[in-house]
Amino acid sequence: MHIHLTQAMSSLKIKNFCFNGIGPLNILLEESECIGITGPSGAGKSLFLRAVADLDMHTGEIFCGDVESESISGPGWRKKVGLLPSESSWWFDCVGEHFDNIEFEFFTTLGFKKGVLKWQTNRLSSGERQRLSLLRLLSNRPEVLLLDEPTANLDSENRGLAEKIVTDYRIKNRASVLWVSHDIDQLKRMTSRCFIIDNGTFAQI
Amino acid sequence: MQLVSLSPFDLFTASLLLFILAFFSVKMRLGLSGQIIIAGLRTTVQLLLIGLVLKALFAHVNPALLTLIAFLMLLAAGREIIARQKRKLAGWWGYGIGLLSVFISSFSITILALAVIINNKPWYEPQYSIPLLGMLMGNTINGIALGLDRLYQTTWEQKMVVEARLMLGQEWTKAIEDIRRESIRSGMIPIINSMAVAGIVSLPGMMTGQILAGSPPVEAVKYQILIMFMISGGTGLGTMAAVWIASRRLFDRRHRLRLDRLKNR
Repeated sequence: MHIHLTQAMSSLKIKNFCFNGIGPLNILLEESECIGITGPSGAGKSLFLRAVADLDMHTGEIFCGDVESESISGPGWRKKVGLLPSESSWWFDCVGEHFDNIEFEFFTTLGFKKGVLKWQTNRLSSGERQRLSLLRLLSNRPEVLLLDEPTANLDSENRGLAEKIVTDYRIKNRASVLWVSHDIDQLKRMTSRCFIIDNGTFAQI
Repeated sequence: MQLVSLSPFDLFTASLLLFILAFFSVKMRLGLSGQIIIAGLRTTVQLLLIGLVLKALFAHVNPALLTLIAFLMLLAAGREIIARQKRKLAGWWGYGIGLLSVFISSFSITILALAVIINNKPWYEPQYSIPLLGMLMGNTINGIALGLDRLYQTTWEQKMVVEARLMLGQEWTKAIEDIRRESIRSGMIPIINSMAVAGIVSLPGMMTGQILAGSPPVEAVKYQILIMFMISGGTGLGTMAAVWIASRRLFDRRHRLRLDRLKNR
């Protein structure tokens, strides 16, 4: 499959956005910007990402570049605005069947060798599942990344690799990233600003 | 050959089997004894009533009355499809999907068989049309109920997988295709099984009845083959239609999975 490395990537603009009783929110992410979201469990961090990916009902507008979410189909929007859930799912027998386009350099940068595409999905460890699901999302070439605790199951070495591949992707493709994490040190390291969701309010910290 | 007429006492003797079942159900705490007795009573009353209705119908062929009875059978079929499902679509959809699927499969196939294959005069001759429609709908609702039950249950259990596929930008048809395929398969397996074992393991009910009533076995067999093909067509098409419409209803315009449209019974 042909890959547009020079594809113009875009910002994420969230206007008067309400979801699950929280909001209205107004957030603007620049191209190549990464912002963090934290907060106690159950505060609505994952629900926020789901609503931005248009998987849950919401009101208000979201733009990816100039494109408003309602102006294109749901699947079209989710190809642009890719959500990585905190727990990954695998539905075919082999890893490779889940990938539409395969760039091998991707797999080697996250520490996988040739042959990983033939691995059985029911024998993956939780860390392998998490790293492979990140690769699966990136191979879709989304313009905005919504990452829900993307390194929660990883050891420090793999956490470093995952952080690096997201940063490389973000800079190379000028992609915006929303990063949800409980790890404040990681958010300080990875993001330019941080928001906290607590008790139905959204505040910058 | 003379048909041996059954007396009420003969039927009472046979009903002792249900009481034995109910007794063991209480002992083993299956919680089914009430249902067994009620279903047995329903069978007796409903069949006696339809016996009287058929007697009246055969005496004077009346297309309006025939249509009325066919539609009453259809409404009952729609209700029975959802009656024993663990989950169903909320509102009119739960009832409507079954009803519509039975209608488009059973009615069209029965009319086709009557008008083109059997070719009676008039084509709707009640002695043929009502029993054929009844057999077809009885089997079709099994397939539809199994298919829908499987669809709702599996989608509920595999919510994460379906949503993970949507998150990668897949269309709803793609995200649910495996579940849909499995649901249609589970609705169609019983009828495929009964075609495969007919004559070897089982002697199908209609043919047995005709033989008991004194028909030549080969004539009975030919009708049974016709019925088997009709039932397979009806069950297969009905299950496909029901699973297709219901799976569409599980997603909205934005291709979101809408499990809130399912409710527990």
